[in-house]
Amino acid sequence: MPGGIWVYAEQKDGKLKKVTLELLSAARKIADEQKEELCAVLAGRDVAGLAGTLGEYGADKVYLLQSDALENYTTDGYTSAVTALVREHQPSVFLLGYTVLGRDLAAHVAQRLDTGLFTDCVDVRLEDGQLVFKRPIYAGKAFFEGVCPEARPVMATVRPNVLPVNPPQAGRTAQVIEVSPQPGSIRQIIRDVVRQVSTRPELTEADIIVSGGRGMKGPENFRLLEELADVLGAAVGASRAAVDAGWAPHSMQVGQTGKTVSPTLYIACGISGAIQHLAGMGSSKYIVAINKDPEANIFKVADYGIVGDLFEVVPLLIQEFKKLKEQG
Amino acid sequence: MNIVVMLKQTFDTEARITLDEKGKINREGVSLIINPYDEFAVEEGLRVKEKSKGEVTVVSVGEAQVQEALRQALAMGADKAILVSPGGMEVDEYVTATILARVIGSLQYDLILAGWRAIDDGSAQVAARVAEILGLPMVNMVTRLEVGEGSVLATREIEGGNEVVEVPLPAVVTAQKGLNEPRYPTMRGIMQAKKKPMQKMTLQDLGLDAGQVVPKVRAVKYYLPPPRKPGRIIPGEAAEAASALVRALREEAKII
Ligand SMILES: Cc1cc2nc3c(=O)[nH]c(=O)nc-3n(C[C@H](O)[C@H](O)[C@H](O)COP(=O)(O)OP(=O)(O)OC[C@H]3O[C@@H](n4cnc5c(N)ncnc54)[C@H](O)[C@@H]3O)c2cc1C
Ligand SMILES: Nc1ncnc2c1ncn2[C@@H]1O[C@H](COP(=O)(O)O)[C@@H](O)[C@H]1O
Repeated sequence: MPGGIWVYAEQKDGKLKKVTLELLSAARKIADEQKEELCAVLAGRDVAGLAGTLGEYGADKVYLLQSDALENYTTDGYTSAVTALVREHQPSVFLLGYTVLGRDLAAHVAQRLDTGLFTDCVDVRLEDGQLVFKRPIYAGKAFFEGVCPEARPVMATVRPNVLPVNPPQAGRTAQVIEVSPQPGSIRQIIRDVVRQVSTRPELTEADIIVSGGRGMKGPENFRLLEELADVLGAAVGASRAAVDAGWAPHSMQVGQTGKTVSPTLYIACGISGAIQHLAGMGSSKYIVAINKDPEANIFKVADYGIVGDLFEVVPLLIQEFKKLKEQG
Repeated sequence: MNIVVMLKQTFDTEARITLDEKGKINREGVSLIINPYDEFAVEEGLRVKEKSKGEVTVVSVGEAQVQEALRQALAMGADKAILVSPGGMEVDEYVTATILARVIGSLQYDLILAGWRAIDDGSAQVAARVAEILGLPMVNMVTRLEVGEGSVLATREIEGGNEVVEVPLPAVVTAQKGLNEPRYPTMRGIMQAKKKPMQKMTLQDLGLDAGQVVPKVRAVKYYLPPPRKPGRIIPGEAAEAASALVRALREEAKII
């Protein structure tokens, strides 16, 4: 029997990333069609507690790689440990999230295994017994579909927030297989980690994003967007003009040279809709634009637009959403 | 300190994408630039060189028009350029990395710089593959680099923060936005660039035979996304429009 369909179960601070559940749902379907097992690879220091959730979301087996050496992600440590596991079990497919961790790990593992890797996929489907991977290229201005005819496992990273999550099945469990990891010698020494504490969701995982551009006029006004974001449980993003002006950090930039996001709702405030900005958020399910210029390009892609002064409109929106929340 | 920069020429970010009669991405008449992240890599290479002496070599896999991008890097201050033509052969990331590693492996290097991703059909994997082939440690998405004796200290972007990673040299480092502000070539730089060495190579020159450059993945098709259907402007005074918008999001779109 082939070694199965594999998913890398990414966790951060003891919590599974949402994209892991998205991957499990997509992989479950492939595993059923191919009559293979669905296995999750879970690595870290103290992560065994997450295996139950992986089972509920569809994993048949969980390979558990636990060690002090894997407490923090390092390219060498994780690449060696994961590559050794893949070599031993020979899966046919290996999917990871297109995240900071996932894309680094995937590229290194793929090369060690001499195999192909599709990056940033938005769809994976089985066609005549062969997996076809779809990914946006040229910043979403075109799509590519490709196959990996021979090399195994075929690997891919999948864009977060795009594939649907199947509901969990309470009581469904996965067989947990503890493996002693082989991280090898790790050349990356982590000297310091600085985390920005934020109560807001990660931009790439957020369901709603409120984003500001040059029309925000200054850094202090981003507080207005934060207020709107907090009413909606949203993340806050920014255009490059706002980032370059120093009003927001680069980690908030959305666009071709920033983050690619695909939330259910993207609210663009004082953003003109330059092609490089659209490249990062054009795949949002709904786009709302607030801009005082009726000719602004953003209105060409917006589902709903308000032509007006954002400093007038955004406070009103905050009120309206608050009202709605109170009504429940 | 000898530095090698991997440089890819990409479409201008404004480029309109169309398909040719074979259903492939049409490259005719598209204006081309240095991949923006690679421009950060070139700049960083020059800054390191200015502090520590040595040479900056830019290497690229591509066809003749890439010379323009390489000349630009030379005009910024790089010392020499190497362009390998795959001779019209289909390449994927695996093949590109195989070629780059072969070229770089024949050079003297302490530090290899690249972009973290090419903004065209790039996929954030070529640099990692090169690092693996050459057996070098890598640090990805770096926003600050300090070069020391035999090692570098690199600040990299991680989800929700930053981390500072030390790796021994030689190493591969990929550039993220924020690393630096690339300089513009000066008139003098542009003149000097014309006289700097630009070596053109083929796969045969590198001793790569056909069996070593077989792509792992194959394109099945390319297509353009359907245009987004135009939305509507919500009319009225601000207050009216705001409440109509919230209603539409709740009742039509059903997302709030
Ligand atoms: C290589 C390259 C990469 C790039 N990458 C990115 C990227 O990743 N992300 C990105 O965003 N850009 C990127 N850009 C920049 C992009 O081309 C635009 O310059 C940028 O997106 C403009 O930001 P903006 O819309 O905030 O500003 P502007 O274009 O100046 O628009 C500001 C808008 O605010 C409106 N406005 C002003 N005041 C108000 C008000 N009171 N109320 C309502 N509306 C108001 C104006 O009508 C205007 O439409 C890139 C460019 C290049 C060349
Ligand atoms: N054809 C190429 N020639 C030179 N360098 C390349 C090439 N393709 C990719 N690279 C390097 O690898 C980085 C990542 O590219 P990619 O993996 O294609 O996103 C780029 O920013 C370049 O530094």
